[in-house]
Amino acid sequence: MLTYTIRRLVLSVPTLLFIALVIFMLLELAPGDPMAQVPLTVPSDVKEQMRIALGLDKPSYVRFWKWLLQIFWIEPKVFIDYLTSSTTLFGWLPDTALYERCVGLSNLDTCDYRALSWQTRSPVVDLVLQRLPQTLWVVGTAYVVGILIALPIGIYSAYRQYSWFDQAGTFVSMIGFSVPPFFSGVLVIVIFSVQLGWFPSIYDTTHTVNDWDSFVVQLKQMILPVMVLALQITAQISRFMRASMLDNLNQDYVRTARAKGLGETTVVMVHVLRNSMIPVVTVIALGVPLIFGGAIITEQVFKVNGIGQMLIGAIQANDLPTVQTLTFVFAFLIVMFNLIADVLYGVLDPRIRYE
Amino acid sequence: MSSDPTVPLEDSVVSVDGESAVLTRPPRSQWREVWDQFKSHKGALFGAVVFLLITAGVFVGPVIWRIDPQFLPQGRDFLTLRDTRPIYVALWDSGAKVNWAHPLGTDNLGRDMLARLMFGGRVSIAVGLTAMVLSLVLGTAVGVIAGYFKRLDGPLMRLTDLFLALPLLPLILVASLLFRDPLAAVFGTEGGIFILIVALIGITSWMQTARIVRGDVLALKEREFVLAAKSIGTRPGALITRHMLPNILSPIMVSATLGIASAIITESALSFLGFGFPPDFPTWGRLLNDGVDRLVSYPERSILPGILISLVVLSVNYLGDGLRDALDPRIRGR
Repeated sequence: MLTYTIRRLVLSVPTLLFIALVIFMLLELAPGDPMAQVPLTVPSDVKEQMRIALGLDKPSYVRFWKWLLQIFWIEPKVFIDYLTSSTTLFGWLPDTALYERCVGLSNLDTCDYRALSWQTRSPVVDLVLQRLPQTLWVVGTAYVVGILIALPIGIYSAYRQYSWFDQAGTFVSMIGFSVPPFFSGVLVIVIFSVQLGWFPSIYDTTHTVNDWDSFVVQLKQMILPVMVLALQITAQISRFMRASMLDNLNQDYVRTARAKGLGETTVVMVHVLRNSMIPVVTVIALGVPLIFGGAIITEQVFKVNGIGQMLIGAIQANDLPTVQTLTFVFAFLIVMFNLIADVLYGVLDPRIRYE
Repeated sequence: MSSDPTVPLEDSVVSVDGESAVLTRPPRSQWREVWDQFKSHKGALFGAVVFLLITAGVFVGPVIWRIDPQFLPQGRDFLTLRDTRPIYVALWDSGAKVNWAHPLGTDNLGRDMLARLMFGGRVSIAVGLTAMVLSLVLGTAVGVIAGYFKRLDGPLMRLTDLFLALPLLPLILVASLLFRDPLAAVFGTEGGIFILIVALIGITSWMQTARIVRGDVLALKEREFVLAAKSIGTRPGALITRHMLPNILSPIMVSATLGIASAIITESALSFLGFGFPPDFPTWGRLLNDGVDRLVSYPERSILPGILISLVVLSVNYLGDGLRDALDPRIRGR
């Protein structure tokens, strides 16, 4: 198992490299000019200087290499420095100073250039880390809520197959599949915030929770985006749960369990459920990165300034370093969670053992 | 036993009867069986009817409803015609500005909503169908080649895995912005964006089809009829088109229906985020997005296109569900 995990980890490096290459080439081949936003009053020789300052005069393989270096080498160094200096978990370790900040022109040759956003001139990764909590709060809560709703629905609809509950569940999950988040989001805004006035339509990320009242405000503003995301998640996972339960309910071991006189609750909730959860857990793991993708739209609808909205803003502003880094973060999440899902499957299901 | 002569007689009568019954009933073709199974799936039938109705509505509708979706009323007409509510608003709000000439109201520039919805539907459904065809062709080609030619199996499947690991929505967003202007310069604004969006959706959605097709081709390759065809000297090309493709038609058709649904959703999402068609060339997603700014006063401008998108996707999903059951011979006839 360990060998398999290590082999998968090693294999994920070329995958990530390929993805990095695709992202880089896409931006490279695109005919857009990163200097297009600069006002026309700027003289052309100054423009050329700016070009050189951004490193755009170098051939593309040099820039690709520099970008890889930034992602795979410099940012991890910064992260390790952060871990050993500012976190409680690793703060007891001696402070590392792997990252060398550029101070003027004094240490140009040895210092590390981090990927800087062209919009704000601050390191992209710092911006991502600023935006990440908002996304994780909304998306993470939605994912947990969606799973908590989906599992009982899936279990009960499988147990009572073709009952009215099952039919209703099928219909609701069909709706969850079919109604895109940009419509369900608008719909719940019209109903709950325009007509009924219960919840705000805009997610205020500057809101801080320090007492009960502000907690209620936070809860209220989270309900709508969480509801929209959870509908989709519930639709998918409850279908998987149902199918997986149905597969197991007809197995021989279930008949054995019933024949030896176990209660129905024990049979379903212990014997069947544990076996049915194996594929569902992997589906849940596989869904995590997709949820980040879906959150782009939901964040746009509810004006949550998470990483989805950051990506949209960066694309519109032609901020190539931010776009590259963010897309790569998404790709990294997808590859890692694919790996986690595969390994989990092997851990949970003793019939599947990888060499 | 033999002393009773009626028993064999009766037996023979029955067998003759049974034979005549078989003879009087015409032989049933495969598609007849499929249709019978399909009919029994109420959701699928309903989905097919709704999808055909909406498609017919948006394509034939303009023949009957002859208002130009781009027509901007000028002068005083502009003031009287703009921001008309749909006619049903008069049911609960007698003071609402409604007009029978514009049953679904007009937008803030006085353009007729019904005509715009029909126009947007034409674009949305055309994008969905074309992108689906492109993704099917790509997926089937990759799947057949990977399944049939052993040497290409590994590389092509690794490529499929890599595509599945790409963050698709962000990449589509980036590409749709970067390649917009050059394509628009070659094919015109609308044509360029249409080609761009169809190509982007097609290129990013073929992977599932390829995997399914490859699996089926691998299984088919071991069957006797393929061996027979090979032994009489059929070349790979003919073998694939004549013997393989007809047999993997059913999974292809199912993923075709599901492909329409996801293509329409992706296109609408792009238009919603402002990366799709320009505002004067509306699609349903674009109309929805345009309506969001004035959601409080005119919710129908977002809700009507949203309902249409959802209805089309829902009906296509049900259609795919029914097709899957109808085309599967193991389920059929049960």
